[in-house]
Amino acid sequence: MKGSGPGSREKGKDLLQIRNLHVEGFSDERWHPIVRGVDLALKRGEVLGLIGESGAGKSTIGLAAMGYAKPGCRITQGSILFDGTDLLALSETGRRRLRGSRIAYVAQSAAASFNPAHRLLDQTVETVVAHGIASREKANRSAVDLYRRLQLPDPETIGFRYPHQVSGGQLQRAMTAMAMACRPDLIVFDEPTTALDVTTQVEVLASIRNIVEEFNTAAIYVTHDLAVVAQMADRIMVLRHGLTVEEAETRQMLASPSQEYTKTLWAVRKLAKPEVPADDYLLTIDNVTAAYGRAVKVLQDVSIKVPRGRTVAVVGESGSGKSTLARVITGLLPPLSGSISFAGQALSKTLKARPKEILRRIQMIYQMPDNALNPRQTVEEVIARPLEFYIGLKGAQRDRRIGELMHMVEMSETYLDRLPAELSGGQKQRVCIARALAADPELIICDEITSALDQIVQEEILKLLMRLQRELGMSYIFITHDIATVRAIADEIVVMHQGKIVEQGLKSEVLTPPHAPYTERLLSSVPEMDPDWLTRLLASRRM
Amino acid sequence: MNPVARTVLQRLGLGLVTLFIVSIIIFSAIAMLPGDFAKAMLGQSATPETVVAFQREIGIDRPPVERYFVWVGQMLHGDFGSSFASRTGYRRTVAEIIAPRLYNTMFLASMTALIAVPLALGLGILAALYRNGWFDRLVNAVTLTTISFPEFFVAYMLAYLVISRDTFIGSEFAQSLPHWLAVSLNWILNAVPKFPTLSNVNDQTPFWEHVWRVALPAITLTLVIVAHMMRMTRAAIINMLASPYIDMARLKGMSPMAIVLRHALPNAWAPIVTVVAFNLAYLVVGVVVVEVVFVYPGIGQLMVDAVKSRDVPVVQACALIFAATYILLNLTADIISIATNPRLLHPR
Repeated sequence: MKGSGPGSREKGKDLLQIRNLHVEGFSDERWHPIVRGVDLALKRGEVLGLIGESGAGKSTIGLAAMGYAKPGCRITQGSILFDGTDLLALSETGRRRLRGSRIAYVAQSAAASFNPAHRLLDQTVETVVAHGIASREKANRSAVDLYRRLQLPDPETIGFRYPHQVSGGQLQRAMTAMAMACRPDLIVFDEPTTALDVTTQVEVLASIRNIVEEFNTAAIYVTHDLAVVAQMADRIMVLRHGLTVEEAETRQMLASPSQEYTKTLWAVRKLAKPEVPADDYLLTIDNVTAAYGRAVKVLQDVSIKVPRGRTVAVVGESGSGKSTLARVITGLLPPLSGSISFAGQALSKTLKARPKEILRRIQMIYQMPDNALNPRQTVEEVIARPLEFYIGLKGAQRDRRIGELMHMVEMSETYLDRLPAELSGGQKQRVCIARALAADPELIICDEITSALDQIVQEEILKLLMRLQRELGMSYIFITHDIATVRAIADEIVVMHQGKIVEQGLKSEVLTPPHAPYTERLLSSVPEMDPDWLTRLLASRRM
Repeated sequence: MNPVARTVLQRLGLGLVTLFIVSIIIFSAIAMLPGDFAKAMLGQSATPETVVAFQREIGIDRPPVERYFVWVGQMLHGDFGSSFASRTGYRRTVAEIIAPRLYNTMFLASMTALIAVPLALGLGILAALYRNGWFDRLVNAVTLTTISFPEFFVAYMLAYLVISRDTFIGSEFAQSLPHWLAVSLNWILNAVPKFPTLSNVNDQTPFWEHVWRVALPAITLTLVIVAHMMRMTRAAIINMLASPYIDMARLKGMSPMAIVLRHALPNAWAPIVTVVAFNLAYLVVGVVVVEVVFVYPGIGQLMVDAVKSRDVPVVQACALIFAATYILLNLTADIISIATNPRLLHPR
């Protein structure tokens, strides 16, 4: 490795110093500040966690540490000293020489960040060869060694696969291997596990932590998940609106955050609703089996009862069939066998055969409000449509009802003439909720509706949904992979794995031991705020 | 079976079906044309008996459906039939009429393709690399200019350029210019090779002589087709440059050239080869104007002549060759698109 004898890698020496960093982004015909004067220092072998809501500037700072600004962004002020060199004073070629070789990057979506046209191995060793650090053969051998250290299956041969041939968790580890290939002094991890299921996340977190410790690599770990950052970072920096809120050692930060904003971040995860049992069932799903085409069955013998006025949380990782369940209930995917009854009547399997009145009584809210809202319709048009279609309201009556609905979702009527693009993520989801409420439904299916939102906004939306349920008495089917959300909102829980129900019952029953083995695995994989959680979990699993 | 091999066989089968349908369309279209070869050949004064006898001789007295099947059946045996220009004792087969012309057309098309495709790809890649810079603008402006002129105009301009290399210095125009300008212009013109402005070749023409003679038509066609291919290459690459894996490559410290060549281009082949195939097909089926300007005996001129003399078997054979060219080239483009997509080539 060039320029770094054993002495210079010594732990504790200054590696990165960012002073008074200002970054601007171009949108709506003008430059907006994204980062407004942030100072940051990192020693060799140290891991710094950057945490904050979206728009806090944490990814932008991570990229700036590489002397890089995304297309459409520019670094306007400040200095970035990396191992004594100011990256901003270097030429673009000079910065390019450092990138990949001494400062590496691990992106959020490994699936999108690997080039689909090349094999994993070729991409892993590309930097080593291009920066002239080692020969191709030596680099290949070293890559296989990295794959092994990162616990990838078949380390000898996995490099010959294309990105689409391996799973998301494996890709994320392969990307870490790619970043490690040149043994850099610093790696920027940009939300590396956000797109993964909790059970996969644990393994990737453990792999990343091990290898960073092993090579004594310094890291900037960007995430919005407090529990994750608690496992990974030596120090945590909280950011908001492009400014530093506070910075402290991990344990101290978790134990006693000093700023009000940090305390609200910490409080979000403590939301919990007492369960209320019920035996008046609104929806009964009986032995439903479903498949796409003639392929593998996505749902097998699923039976669920949804009580009136209660919330059933359907939990599982991606591919467990939980979204397919929603499609079967709404009639978008007719089941192969089994029956569904709603309010005592059998539901037709197909959407076409269902009368409008039934359609009105079952509504759906989606994960991505951006896709669920027509970008060319104003908020008023979005909400007015179901009022006209299902209920036949017109003129002043309709307008009054729109006002009531906006009030219910706690939005001012001044938003009525806005387009979705002019709203924040949380506001868009509120509009989607208002649209569902407009039909006056008895059952609302919520498909991962909070997973694209920041934690503080998540909490607000969950509180809103609970209040609406108390006031209007409808039932929710709440599809999610997030256990914290389940604790917050569910009365009953259904745990799904590979299209089958693993366990179901009242929240207290499912969440207290003894668990079914899969439930145990799922629950134990949910990161906790305790910084020793990962270490303890790995130790207990190894036994 | 390997999914790629299956797709290729599937496409090949579909291509044959298309060709079959096209043959029906060609045959019916020509059968429906007004005018009668026999009457046209024999002239106004021919008696009805002579006309009937002549029709029987060339076989156009049979019903169209029967004639179609005879035609297809013969072709399946590799026999394209006889030209109507045949006489008793002097049979001229369609194959022997078309073969040398087809060779000439393919010769010109291949030569143009060898110049134009690498040129277009190279310019497209460079334009994408230096996008929105002066090089990009210059290349775009020049190629758009050449594609905007009608091809006969480009052809005559090139021919004029070659001719004026000898005539310029003595012309009145040159006399009217300042001496130094006339001399330097003459010097530039003399740098132009003395390409032949007539591309008459025959089956005795030696290979390199043939290459030399089709230089001007090949350059003309290159100027006509390069813009389309170059702009698609540029657009396809720039489209790829917005992908997250390109950001990743930048953050890995790859040079801009490596990013374009290694990371963007391999994912951009599909749209590029489609446009290349389209333009290569044009080189075979659409160059009659250039053939006429340079008096080059290609298949385009042959077809026009055959239409004029109502030599139906030749027209049909030409039309079928054109259709087959389109189908074959598009098939090749499809196969290349599949072969450059690792998701299809290496399924999970």
